[in-house]
Amino acid sequence: MTDFDVIVVGAGPAGSAAALVLARAGKRVCLLERGPFPGSKNMYGGVVYGRILDTLIPRWWEEVPVQRWVTRRGTVVMTDEQALTIDYRTTAWGQAPYNGATTFRADFDAWLAEKAERAGAVLVCSTTATGLLRDDTGRVTGVRTDRPEGDLTAEVVIACDGVNSFLAKEAGLYLHPEAEHFTLGAKEVLGLPRDEIEKRFNLTGREGADFEIIGCTQGIPGGGFVYTNLDSIAVGVVVSVTGLAEAKARPEELIAGLKRHPMIAPLVEGAELKEYSAHVIPEAGFDMMPELTCDGMIVAGDAAAMCLAAGIWLEGVNFAIGSGKAAGEAAVDALAVRDTSVSGLVGYRSRLEAGFVLADHKKLRAAPGLVMSNRMQQAYPALVCNLVEGLFTVTNPAPKPGLVSLGRRELKRAGVKIRHLVRDAITAGKTFG
Amino acid sequence: MSGRNPSTPPYDQTMPSAAPPATAWAPVSFEARMATVDFRVGARAHITVDGDSCRGCTTKACVTACPANLFVPTSDGGIVFNYEQCFECGTCYLVCNTEGALSWTYPDGGHGVVFHRS
Repeated sequence: MTDFDVIVVGAGPAGSAAALVLARAGKRVCLLERGPFPGSKNMYGGVVYGRILDTLIPRWWEEVPVQRWVTRRGTVVMTDEQALTIDYRTTAWGQAPYNGATTFRADFDAWLAEKAERAGAVLVCSTTATGLLRDDTGRVTGVRTDRPEGDLTAEVVIACDGVNSFLAKEAGLYLHPEAEHFTLGAKEVLGLPRDEIEKRFNLTGREGADFEIIGCTQGIPGGGFVYTNLDSIAVGVVVSVTGLAEAKARPEELIAGLKRHPMIAPLVEGAELKEYSAHVIPEAGFDMMPELTCDGMIVAGDAAAMCLAAGIWLEGVNFAIGSGKAAGEAAVDALAVRDTSVSGLVGYRSRLEAGFVLADHKKLRAAPGLVMSNRMQQAYPALVCNLVEGLFTVTNPAPKPGLVSLGRRELKRAGVKIRHLVRDAITAGKTFG
Repeated sequence: MSGRNPSTPPYDQTMPSAAPPATAWAPVSFEARMATVDFRVGARAHITVDGDSCRGCTTKACVTACPANLFVPTSDGGIVFNYEQCFECGTCYLVCNTEGALSWTYPDGGHGVVFHRS
């Protein structure tokens, strides 16, 4: 008999969701976490969209550890000296069932892991899974850990071991990760008094703001963000790993550049650095996903590149929970029919395809490439800002220019041909439409 | 008629600039920046760098890309690496173009970086 029915590696949102589903189904589950507590290795770039929790934890919003509920979402297009913001706010997002929340992963991930633990999963922290156990046929039969006599056997291993997933690589599911598919997120959490945050961001109570920014990464493909916690704000950048290397730029200097921007500087003035953090993100979505299963193993969350980086939609924790939940359900089904081979685990992919996880990723598969393209990163932010500046700058005594002539002028200045614009518009229309 | 250029009325010269100061927050040294992070340093170096392999590397991309600034070029063209303040992010092995220069594992359980409010 195996030590457990299922071993889940990584007590992030994917792993804890999987373990919760399995424990509720009465399975013997071990949830392994290499950090001293769940969430201790994790950081993110700003908002947890919680509705995937509706099916797992009814009225989750009454207990989830939240910093603020995002009621103000700004989408910002920026150059060094300009900024155009689509600033949307609604009271609806400040009421149940809410839309998005800011949180600390050390709190959020620990909360979700505790749910799994209370349902009967065995949470083992401070334990690194160092490799896979496999039988003669190559079938995964468990994991090796760095505890003395730390081999653990199971019918199914669910690898939720994060973006670097050594387990998925060892299983041969993810043999050649390309550096081009990854971004680096670097973030500062800056302390400010609560009332000062509310004044600067026009918030009351637990209302929160989230600004997602393009054009703020000094020509390196990527973007930036500013969001509010209760008594701190987070400012960060997400940049192409290869772009960062080529530019020979320092991540913290990119953050400093964003903080100096005339739109951002007043928001962060006088704030004191509380925690600096960094993490790699699987950015390329559908096109970088590994094989999702092999005999005896399922891959979920960032380990399977489930994070969604689609420009206007930047989501990850919800995709991790969604994929972890599907992995847990598929494992329950496979155990019921005593077939945990690839064919027994086929319910994983079908669940992902039937739900938002793979539906969104498939639909938005062109989005990461479009968002990270040179035109989207550099030409368009300048073009749009200049266009709006031309529109609202009163040039008396010269009469107002028409929109068409303004548009022609700015296209020319940005070096963008009409055919490029049309091509990108068609790609964007197909992707986001 | 004063004959003045209408685009530069005199009050432009006396109005205070609306531009914000260049740095509205105190600059933080890199050492102070890293001191904000909780590291539970293990006895084993989870990442090792073969400095000899690095001598032939022309890009040394790890030196600038590492968010914790842990890769230090040496005068003889090699690299030394300090594992103690590592975020365990993976940027270094992704940008490394020298086969075998980096060996990368996670720290032993319970060790390494611990984020509290990120």
